[in-house]
Amino acid sequence: MGSQRHPGSGSLMPRTIVPIGPYHPLQEEPEFFRLTVEGEKVVDIDVQVGYNHRGIEKLSEMKTFDQSTFVVERICGICSTSHPFAFCNAVEDVDQVEIPERAKYIRTIIAEGERVHSHLLWLGLAGHFLAYNTVFMWAWKLREEILDVMEILSGNRNNYGMFKPGGVRRDIKSEDIPGVLKKVDSILPTLDMLRKAVMDDPVLAARTKGIGILSKAEALNYGALGPTARASGVARDVRKDSPYAAYDQVEWNMIVTQNGDVFDKLVIRVLEMYESVKILKYCLTKLPPGEIDAKIKIIPPGEGIGTHEAPRGETFHYVRSDGSNRPVRHKVRAPTFMNLPTYKSTIVGETLSDATIILAAIDPCYCCTERVAVRNLEGTKLYNGEDLVRLSQEKTESLRKKMGRP
Amino acid sequence: MKREDVLKGLKERFAGDILEFSEKSPKRLYIEIKAESIKKVALYLYKDLGCRFNIASGMDMRRHFEILYHFLLEDLNVQISLRVKLLKPSKMSSPAVGGGGSMDPPPTTGGNDLVLPEIDSLAPLFEAANWVERELHELLGLNFRGHPDLRKLLLPDDWPQGVYPLRQDYKEWDPNAIRDRGV
Amino acid sequence: MGVKLTALLKSPWVFHLSTGSCNNCDIEVLDCLTPRFDIERFGMLLAGSVRHADVLLVTGSANRKSMERVKKLYEQVPKPCLVVAIGECALSRGLFIDSYNCPVPVDKIIPVDVYIPGCPPRPEAIIAGIVKLIEKVKAPAQ
Repeated sequence: MGSQRHPGSGSLMPRTIVPIGPYHPLQEEPEFFRLTVEGEKVVDIDVQVGYNHRGIEKLSEMKTFDQSTFVVERICGICSTSHPFAFCNAVEDVDQVEIPERAKYIRTIIAEGERVHSHLLWLGLAGHFLAYNTVFMWAWKLREEILDVMEILSGNRNNYGMFKPGGVRRDIKSEDIPGVLKKVDSILPTLDMLRKAVMDDPVLAARTKGIGILSKAEALNYGALGPTARASGVARDVRKDSPYAAYDQVEWNMIVTQNGDVFDKLVIRVLEMYESVKILKYCLTKLPPGEIDAKIKIIPPGEGIGTHEAPRGETFHYVRSDGSNRPVRHKVRAPTFMNLPTYKSTIVGETLSDATIILAAIDPCYCCTERVAVRNLEGTKLYNGEDLVRLSQEKTESLRKKMGRP
Repeated sequence: MKREDVLKGLKERFAGDILEFSEKSPKRLYIEIKAESIKKVALYLYKDLGCRFNIASGMDMRRHFEILYHFLLEDLNVQISLRVKLLKPSKMSSPAVGGGGSMDPPPTTGGNDLVLPEIDSLAPLFEAANWVERELHELLGLNFRGHPDLRKLLLPDDWPQGVYPLRQDYKEWDPNAIRDRGV
Repeated sequence: MGVKLTALLKSPWVFHLSTGSCNNCDIEVLDCLTPRFDIERFGMLLAGSVRHADVLLVTGSANRKSMERVKKLYEQVPKPCLVVAIGECALSRGLFIDSYNCPVPVDKIIPVDVYIPGCPPRPEAIIAGIVKLIEKVKAPAQ
C-alpha cells in the first residue's frame, strides 16, 4: 500500500495494490466485445473476432497428414490436445482404421489430464474476476502439479506432441506410473478445499446465481456445446453419445444442471474435474500392454469426420483426402465458435458489473475476455475492460459487507 | 425412432431432391441434394428429427464449389452430411455435374465484381448458421440469399475485395509480405 | 541506454501484449506470477496500462488485424522501453510463416531487444531471459 515515486515522472503515483493478480492487458481499441448500455443495463453486444485468425486450414492443406497434427496443436494453447485428437479421429475415419488398445488408453490419459488443467485455469480466472484472488492463486498452484504429471508422461508442459494418425507417438513407461498416480492423488485434498470454497460460499452463490441465464431453447437454437449447454439441461457429451478411445470402458458420470446461469457453469466445471481424475486413475492402472501405433501406410481417397469433447465443448474436424499424402481439405471448428454468439442471449439485459463474469462463463480463449469496451446509446465510450473487472470486484466486496462475511 | 426408419423416411420424403444417398458406415451418412432444396431438408432435420447443426464446410473443386452441411442426430449417433454442389459461374456451359446438378441463379454482386455462386441461407431457421455462413462468404466467396448480416467475420476490413483465401487460385497479393526466414 | 533505464530496472513493470497467438505463451507468462515461480519477489509487476510499462512482453505472430494496434501501443509506451519477444511466433512466426494472415514478423513492426525462443518457453526460460536483459542493460552503465 502507499505510494511510490515512479521514475521518469516528477510526481508521486499511488501504487494500485491487492489484487496482486494479473491486470489483464487492455488497450484503447480496437475492441473485441463492444457493449452498448443504457444506464446500467446492457442493451446490445457486438463481438468482433479475427485477432487470432492465422489461416490454419490453408496451412494444414500445405502439409502432410503427419505434419498437420503439429499445426493444429497450435490452434489453442489451453486445449492443445483436443485438436490433434479430433484430427486423428477424422483421418482414421476415412478408412475405418482400428487403433491398438494401448494407444486408446494413452490418448484418454492425455486428454483427461488436459481437461483438469484447463478447468483449473478457468477457475482461477473466474476467481480473479470475482475478487477471490486466493482461489486464483490456489487453482494455478494446483495446476502446476497437473502440468508436472503431463511433463512426466509426455515430456512437455503444454504442447504434448503425443498424437499421430494411427496411434500415439510416445509410450508411457511403466516405472513412471506409480509416481504419477501418487501425484494425481495428492491433488485431491486441495481440490476438495477449492470445491468447498467455491460451492458452499454464500457470497459467491449470491454473486453468480441467476446471472447470465441461457435457456434450453436458446442453447439448442445457437447450437451451444460443452459445459455451456450442459448447464442449461442439454445432456450431450461426445464421450457418452459416440464413445471413442477408452471412454466406453470406464465408469464415469456426465454432469448436467438445469438452470443455465453462471453458478451452474461453475459447478459443472468443478465436478467434471473429479470425473476426469477418476478416468485418469483408471486408465493409468489398467493400461493394457501392446503396440502403440497402427502404422498407417496410405490414406485412400475419401472423407472423414472426427470429433472430441474438448474442455469447452465438441471439436469437429473434417478431412478430405485424394490418395496423396496431404489433406485436400481440412475443416476445423473449435467449440468456442458456436458458443460465442450465445452472448446475444445471455448478456443483454444484465448489469455492467456482471458483464465480465458472464463473458468469462463460456470459457472463451483467454486473452479475448479483456478486450471490452462499453458505450452508451450515443456512442460515447464509458468504460474499458479493466474498469469492468474492477466493477465486478467491487460488487463482490459490497455483497460481502452486506452479508457480514470477511 | 430407429435408424432404418429414419433413413427410409428421408428417402421417401425427399425422393425428388436427393441425388445420391451413401451410407459410408453405421455412423456416417452422406446425402447429396439439389441446391434449391437445402432449406426444406435442413428444416426437417432440425425440427422434426431434432438434429443439431454442427458446421458447414466449403471446398473449391475444379469445376464447382461443394458445401457440406453437417448435422448430428444425437439420439442415434449418426452424422448426416448434406452435400450441395454449386457450379462456378464461368463454366455454366458444362452440363451435368453430379447428375442433373444445380443451375445458377442470376448473380447478386453488381458492378465488375466477381460473380459469386449463391444458395439460400439457413440463418433464418436457426442462429447457429449465422457465423458459419459469414465465414464461408469471406473465405470462399459464396453468397447466401437472405442472410441478415453478411459482413466480414475473421479477415481485417482492409482485405482486398474479391480475394478469397481458401480458393485454389489464391495468390500472394501483398508486396510487403516476407515469406523467407532470412537465414 | 543510461542511468534512467538502469533506475527503471530496479523494479520493472511489465506489460503483456498479445498480437494474435494461441495463448500458450501468454499463459506461461501469467504462470510466472503464481507461487511456484513468483516473479514478484524480483519486483516485477504486471502493469495495468501500457503507459505505466517499462518492459513490453510481446507474444504472437502479428496478425493483419492486430498490426495497427501493436504500432499504436508501442507509440504510447513511455520511452525508454525494452521489448521482449516471447515464443517462436514472435520471433519469426514459426510455422505460420506461410499463413496468408501473418505477413511480417514482429521485429519489422517494432524494435525488439531480447528474443526468447520456445513453443512455449518455460517460465524458467522467460525469467532467465528477462534477467539477462537486465544484466545487459546494467553492464555498459558500470
